[in-house]
Amino acid sequence: MKRVGTQTITFDNPPTILETSSIVGPKESQGPLAKYFDQCLDDEFWGEKTWEKAESKIIKENVNSVIAKSGIASTDIDFCFAGDLLNQCISSSFGLREINIPFFGIFGACSTFVESMCLASVFIESGGASNALCATSSHFCSAEKQFRFPLELGNQRPPSSQWTVTGSGAVILTFSGTGPYITCITPGKIVDMGIKDANNMGAAMAPAALDTLITHFRDTGRKPSYYDAIITGDLGYIGKEILTELAETKGYNIKNNYEDCGVLIFDKENQDTHSGGSGCACIGTVFSGYYFKQLKEKKLNKILLIATGALMNSTSSQQGESIPGIAHAIAIEN
Amino acid sequence: MDFIQSIDFLQLIKCFIVGGLICIIGQILIDKTKLTPARILVIFVTTGAILGGLGIYKYIIDFAGCGATVPLTGFGANLAKGALTEIKDSGILGAFTGGVRASAGGIAAAIVFGYIASLISKPKIKKQ
Repeated sequence: MKRVGTQTITFDNPPTILETSSIVGPKESQGPLAKYFDQCLDDEFWGEKTWEKAESKIIKENVNSVIAKSGIASTDIDFCFAGDLLNQCISSSFGLREINIPFFGIFGACSTFVESMCLASVFIESGGASNALCATSSHFCSAEKQFRFPLELGNQRPPSSQWTVTGSGAVILTFSGTGPYITCITPGKIVDMGIKDANNMGAAMAPAALDTLITHFRDTGRKPSYYDAIITGDLGYIGKEILTELAETKGYNIKNNYEDCGVLIFDKENQDTHSGGSGCACIGTVFSGYYFKQLKEKKLNKILLIATGALMNSTSSQQGESIPGIAHAIAIEN
Repeated sequence: MDFIQSIDFLQLIKCFIVGGLICIIGQILIDKTKLTPARILVIFVTTGAILGGLGIYKYIIDFAGCGATVPLTGFGANLAKGALTEIKDSGILGAFTGGVRASAGGIAAAIVFGYIASLISKPKIKKQ
């Protein structure tokens, strides 16, 4: 393990992504990627009394699923890194309270998925862990209540708003394996360009994604064409366009191989999701469900996964604060 | 049949157009500004109260009937109208009591029916 450039870490014995699992809600189940997910729910309550309980159940069942799929015993998993969007990360801590694995609750808003993989990779590479579990969840209904307005109020969503993905993504990383490997990580800095609209998160997060993207290229000496795909978490239609343009002005052309999970997960026209998907589970489910399979089948061999997060809460929005953005990148290669 | 014959269709059209125009203003505010729905609500009620207080809103009500009284601006105008009437009857204290007195029916109905609805229904995900 060594530091290159200002903030990138490369691994000598890169951790393998052993297995992934994904569970998605009803709306995602009607989206274009439905067939790639492990489990599609037809009820956003999943038999529970509240949305928060449903979200906890989603992450719990998804973690059980990834452990079962991996074929290793849960006692062989040394550490768990998990987080979500609710206050004090209760979906993760309540959902995983019976899992009996040492637990790190982390918050990086929608960047949590890649943040947890960054931390787990360093744990594995340093010898602190042999196997590590990373999981995130989000739920449209609980997130609307947490960040905007309760659904009972029946508010209209403005055109720039994004739809929080209901679901969970989980991965197990291991110290020895046959890939796909996490070859390097570029944790991002907090970037705040003064966007204040909680209904336009894509614009708030795009500058952070740009900062991490450019830093990654500068640190590693790689070019955009090195990767088969550069994938951001949940910039949505508006943020994707902003990032593409900003990158071009900085001399990086990412038009040909750039995708955004928030754009991929829903059918904008038929599902009326406005600016696309968002939430911890957006990149979590799209990577766990879709991209991991593409890597396993060698249809893609080198991807750069950049999870973007908006680090605000409802109090900061009400007090008129701007939205600090963050983006963490990991390179995954066969 | 008497009921249908008694409907003033011209009045219906006027009601529909004015009510619709007020809603279009709300839709434009949602789509084109960063105002939250709560702020738009307050703007509508306040605008109604100001127009009501200046005596302008009653002409809109005369023209459009429920097209002007049902939207939030109508609630604001009703608050102002109640306050002004009460001031005439019972002095300056009426400015505080009149508005709520005049709209007591609407406020109480909103609370009662809201309470009943919360007891018998469960929140659901929205479709879009």
